[in-house]
Amino acid sequence: MIESAETYIVDDEKAGLFRVNRRAFTDPGCLEEERRRIFDKCWIYAGHESEVPHAGDFRSRSVAGRPIILARGDDNVVRVLLNTCTHRGAMVCRQKSGNAKTFQCPYHAWTYNVRGQLVGVPGEDSYSEAFKREDMRLAAPPKMDNYRGFIFVCFDRAAQSLYDYLAGAREYLDLVADQSETGMKVIAGQQAYSARANWKLLMENSYDGYHGLPTHQRYFTFLADTGIQLQGNNVPISARQKAVDLGNGHAVLEYQSAWGRPIAHWVAPFGEHRKSHFDALRRRFDERFGPERASRICETSRNLGIFPNLVINDIMAITIRSFYPISHDYMEVNAWALAPLEESSEDSKLRLDNFLTFLGPGGFATPDDVEMLESCQRGFANREVAWSDISRGMKREHPAITDELQMRAFWRRWNQLMTEPQVKRARKAA
Amino acid sequence: MNAVDLPSRSEIEDLFFKEAALLDEWRLEEWLELLTADAIYEIPPTDVPEGDSRNTLFIIADDAVRIRSRVKQLLGKSAWAENPHSRTRRMIANVRVLGAEGKNILVTANFAVHRMRYESVDTYIGHYVYKLVRDGDRLKIMERRAILDNEALRPHGKISFIL
Repeated sequence: MIESAETYIVDDEKAGLFRVNRRAFTDPGCLEEERRRIFDKCWIYAGHESEVPHAGDFRSRSVAGRPIILARGDDNVVRVLLNTCTHRGAMVCRQKSGNAKTFQCPYHAWTYNVRGQLVGVPGEDSYSEAFKREDMRLAAPPKMDNYRGFIFVCFDRAAQSLYDYLAGAREYLDLVADQSETGMKVIAGQQAYSARANWKLLMENSYDGYHGLPTHQRYFTFLADTGIQLQGNNVPISARQKAVDLGNGHAVLEYQSAWGRPIAHWVAPFGEHRKSHFDALRRRFDERFGPERASRICETSRNLGIFPNLVINDIMAITIRSFYPISHDYMEVNAWALAPLEESSEDSKLRLDNFLTFLGPGGFATPDDVEMLESCQRGFANREVAWSDISRGMKREHPAITDELQMRAFWRRWNQLMTEPQVKRARKAA
Repeated sequence: MNAVDLPSRSEIEDLFFKEAALLDEWRLEEWLELLTADAIYEIPPTDVPEGDSRNTLFIIADDAVRIRSRVKQLLGKSAWAENPHSRTRRMIANVRVLGAEGKNILVTANFAVHRMRYESVDTYIGHYVYKLVRDGDRLKIMERRAILDNEALRPHGKISFIL
């Protein structure tokens, strides 16, 4: 096995060893490379179309370090606009969300419509003939696309299509999107939090089946206290548990879980009074998809990681989680809950309750995850221990969800992007 | 005329200050005794501070069962985010008795809660809205809502203790 300070990963299939150089978590220079080679090259999640349901609706947020506006124009087209006045730079939208006919820059009052077109310039007669409003519309990322309601942007004009980029992850996004007959919606309320840790630690953690029992013992005790049977949860390998490399750095865990699911997996703590309602919901899935796919949608949980920084965990509720590094040892995290549009208010309340038992910065699990990631980051100060081990299950024909195949899929793609020779773009002549 | 006798501000301050001391000292079993059997404890998300937990994703929306489970977890060994326990120190101010809603008494106060852990200090700023009810000669908490002014839990990362 060759380990050198310069390499990021050691991937020894023959020996069954996989190591990650902790420099990937601790080196500010590495983060600078990541911004160029990963965040400027990959498709990055920007939002969900349901967040701007009506013409004129907008949300402003940060995506891949850029302030952007997610907006639905008067033509009903959802766009991502770069939130900077094309005049001298000020942000034209300074509200978090709302409904607007125009965005007016407060600095010199240039006005754009919600499609991003420049529609007003005070004293426009002072500009030369060469000045054209059409040239000065709000900029957009070079690429933007929508897969089943999930909106992504890409800052690399030459990138492959979103469809191709998502590769095997599409199948798993479908399993989420198919939970509604009318469309999925992001529920109001954004969990905006952070961790004093490298961003990649959260991707590892979000689909880490190995940490479940030790880190989240208190959650499983809570489940048991509410009367949920935990037997069967720790079956090491079964037909209905798998870890899959989905290509392009994406990966998923799929498994049967002890917890109930708002989509049609009833458990005793949901209450006897809900059982017949859940049976009816469940039958509808049988009708729509046949018993096999219906069972997969309803009774299995999925932890899906979409490279580089999107997690969609369809577990005791559905969370969309994206994160972005502010520095090599600090990330911002945003999380939302996703639900079928047509879900009743009673079911929605149950979903939110189920979500909060585990997920989010006040849940019975996520705070302990944040604690562990921060603990890793502090531990990395021991530079003498230069490598982390991600070898688990490497020699197994069918790695279990408590193995680390999914992380290896991430790291292989990450390493490829970080080390492949880059084509130097010829500088455009001025 | 009010349906109940409104308490004085000093009576409410006594309750808030006692609660703050119990929480800062991690005397959580005693803290539970300040609550009614069906009490709820909620923290709305920072972007929808006036939200309703029935249709909004909160940070915390504990019913009576989950409050008690939370306390049990925090006093146990495997709530890693609070094992070892953080130090906390609460400043409660601007206490006001807002009025009554039937038998319930509405009160509010501002808070600054400092959390010290691993040599970082994170400050949670906001206000409480409580619904209280008289139980004999005591006031009990039946609804406890901590509404954050922080625009995000950054750099706090979490609310792992009782805010």
